[in-house]
Amino acid sequence: MEGLIQTIVLAPFVSVALLFLLRRQLPKSAAAVIGCSAVLVPFLCTVAAFFQFDGTPVTATLTQWMTGSVLNVPFAFRLDQLSLTWTLVVTGIGFLIHVYSVGYMHEDPSFTRFFTYLNLFVGSMLCLVLGDSMVLLFLGWEGVGLCSYLLIGFWFDEEENAKAGQKAFVVNRIGDLGFLVAMVLVFKQFGTLNIADVNAMAAAQAATLDPTLVTWIALALFVGCCGKSAQLPLYTWLPDAMAGPTPVSALIHAATMVTAGIYLVARMSIFFAMSPTASTVVAVVGCATAFFAATIGLRQRDIKKVLAYSTVSQLGYMFLALGIGAYTAGVFHVITHAFFKALLFLGAGSVIHALHHEQDAMRMGGLKKYLPITHKTFLIGSLALAGIAPFAGFFSKDKILGAALYSHGLPQLLGVFGLITALLTAFYTFRLYALVFQGEERFGHGTHGHADHGAHGGHGGGHGHDHAKPHESPLTMTFPLMVLAVLAVLGGALSLPHFAHSDLLGKFLEPIFAPAYAVLGAPHEHTVAQEVGAMLVSLVLAIGGAWFGFSKFSEGPGKQAEHSTKGLPFLLENKWFVDEIYNVLVVGPMRALSHLAGFFDRLVVDGLVNGVAGMVRSAGGWIRMMQNGALHTYALLFILGAAYLAIVLL
Amino acid sequence: MSVFHYYVVAAILFSIGAGGFLLRRNILVMFMSVELMLNAANLCLVAASSSFDLARGSSFALVSIAVAAAEVGVGLAIIIAWFRLRPSVDAGDLQELRG
Repeated sequence: MEGLIQTIVLAPFVSVALLFLLRRQLPKSAAAVIGCSAVLVPFLCTVAAFFQFDGTPVTATLTQWMTGSVLNVPFAFRLDQLSLTWTLVVTGIGFLIHVYSVGYMHEDPSFTRFFTYLNLFVGSMLCLVLGDSMVLLFLGWEGVGLCSYLLIGFWFDEEENAKAGQKAFVVNRIGDLGFLVAMVLVFKQFGTLNIADVNAMAAAQAATLDPTLVTWIALALFVGCCGKSAQLPLYTWLPDAMAGPTPVSALIHAATMVTAGIYLVARMSIFFAMSPTASTVVAVVGCATAFFAATIGLRQRDIKKVLAYSTVSQLGYMFLALGIGAYTAGVFHVITHAFFKALLFLGAGSVIHALHHEQDAMRMGGLKKYLPITHKTFLIGSLALAGIAPFAGFFSKDKILGAALYSHGLPQLLGVFGLITALLTAFYTFRLYALVFQGEERFGHGTHGHADHGAHGGHGGGHGHDHAKPHESPLTMTFPLMVLAVLAVLGGALSLPHFAHSDLLGKFLEPIFAPAYAVLGAPHEHTVAQEVGAMLVSLVLAIGGAWFGFSKFSEGPGKQAEHSTKGLPFLLENKWFVDEIYNVLVVGPMRALSHLAGFFDRLVVDGLVNGVAGMVRSAGGWIRMMQNGALHTYALLFILGAAYLAIVLL
Repeated sequence: MSVFHYYVVAAILFSIGAGGFLLRRNILVMFMSVELMLNAANLCLVAASSSFDLARGSSFALVSIAVAAAEVGVGLAIIIAWFRLRPSVDAGDLQELRG
């Protein structure tokens, strides 16, 4: 078992070293094999570990890291129910996306570099998930942040992409500060950073711990989560992160890295359970983000931007679940979301690939004829995201909404907002689906493509690449789509509603959340009538939204082809101008401050340093005139000196 | 003849040496001037030694002569080496060590 855990963590890093050292020698095919097997091996090991796992957590120590009398941090990795769940998702979906990348990136000159970064990401993510101390978790946390930066700016020769990477990095830094503060507070209170020990101590001292301190720890942790998981007010980096290659968006910015915040809250759930204030903040921020991002998603034109805002929105749902104490539902939504959002992103990548890097949904349409597999899988993903039964997203979203709606007070209100968001989600998802795959073909016109070659279909020449006639992607790309589509259909079976008496995931995760529920009280059991009622309401809303979105846009974008210039659509299309507001309120003053600091640095600090150096240099210049190499000058000075000494001494 | 006369002779010798060292450009002559100054100092030492009837001054002069012999050996070697490099005895040509 320990060997398995060690292999899981080490395999990606070994591959990173190999790919980096042999980057000039390895042909693309070898790099692809190494890169993919570096994720396949951990996946197989995780599956093996899953079947050997008997319910007791296993810790595998690799080596010592920091040893001391106060702080002891070994490189130790802990496999329990929660980390096992996450590891399965990360390595499983990670492998599929690696395979997809082989096809998607095959023409890229930096193919090997791409796989190096991707493997480094998987390694860091596994370190984050499996690390048994907060320090190791933080190491992984920063590692995935670094990889996110590197991969967003992967095509860094375009300034836009490099800037998006920087933005992600800087915004995440704000969140990381919160995490660090939480770590210091935890260490001050408990004297250790081992997560299992901290959780056990917190649960044991639940009655005596200072509630203010617990709230501060929980809130500081949540600040970190807001950065990493793109919640209000730190979500702005995620839509910009779409500048990276599409497999990156699928792996890092939809399925795995952005769920690190959910993981952290779930891992430290005891602190949130003990602090009603922090839980309320989590729920409100989550719900507000879900709603806010969904409104922006309504009017985006870029296929990846729609998906990005829907990711932000779905992450908001997960935090809503964690905030109202429905921890299992939150984790369940992470898993199903990983399935269908990775599927949607990869499908979008397939579309973009077929249309030669066209991302504007207004210039697509009618693609179902050309991309049959992509079309079917994308439709399944859309149904799952919209929350239509029996696809995976329906079950997880319904769990969250049910838990919210049948509670009292504020969570109930949040549940109503969640329902409205579900309606919006279904609408924009099917708006996107209709714009891309239905209606008449709108690509090939306009600025690029060959405007002069007339009909779309009847172009019989042997031109190889024909902009007017998209073709289905290769098997390396469609195979992951099909696997993910199956998962998006069946994923709901992991945790069926209560009346079906088949909550596999809930049973599996029970030991993880038992301490939190000991504080909160056992989760409220709903009656069958309540559950069915919630299901029907959310299903009606989802189908209604989906039908409305589909029917409105199945003929084409209509008025939305033009940019709107006033009113709500104008605000939505420009994302409520949040970026512009941030630029004025935060970025501008920071820039001014750094200009001032730069001025001070150049004038005063550099002035002092250079002044001292200049003085020494000119003094040296004067003195070196004595060393002119002429014997007679030396002799004269020598004799003058001797004469001076003689006069002084006598 | 008092010890004062010896001092006068030594002073004259030293002045000739110092003047020669400063004013002449021939490196060999400069070298000889150094010897002259050295011997002026030795003369002072010996004269003072005998006038105070103390052996210390004379023995110090002996050490000084021995050191001067060594110095001549080294100095001449340097001059010869330099002369091989550049056939000139003009100290004005010796400017390579400018800082």
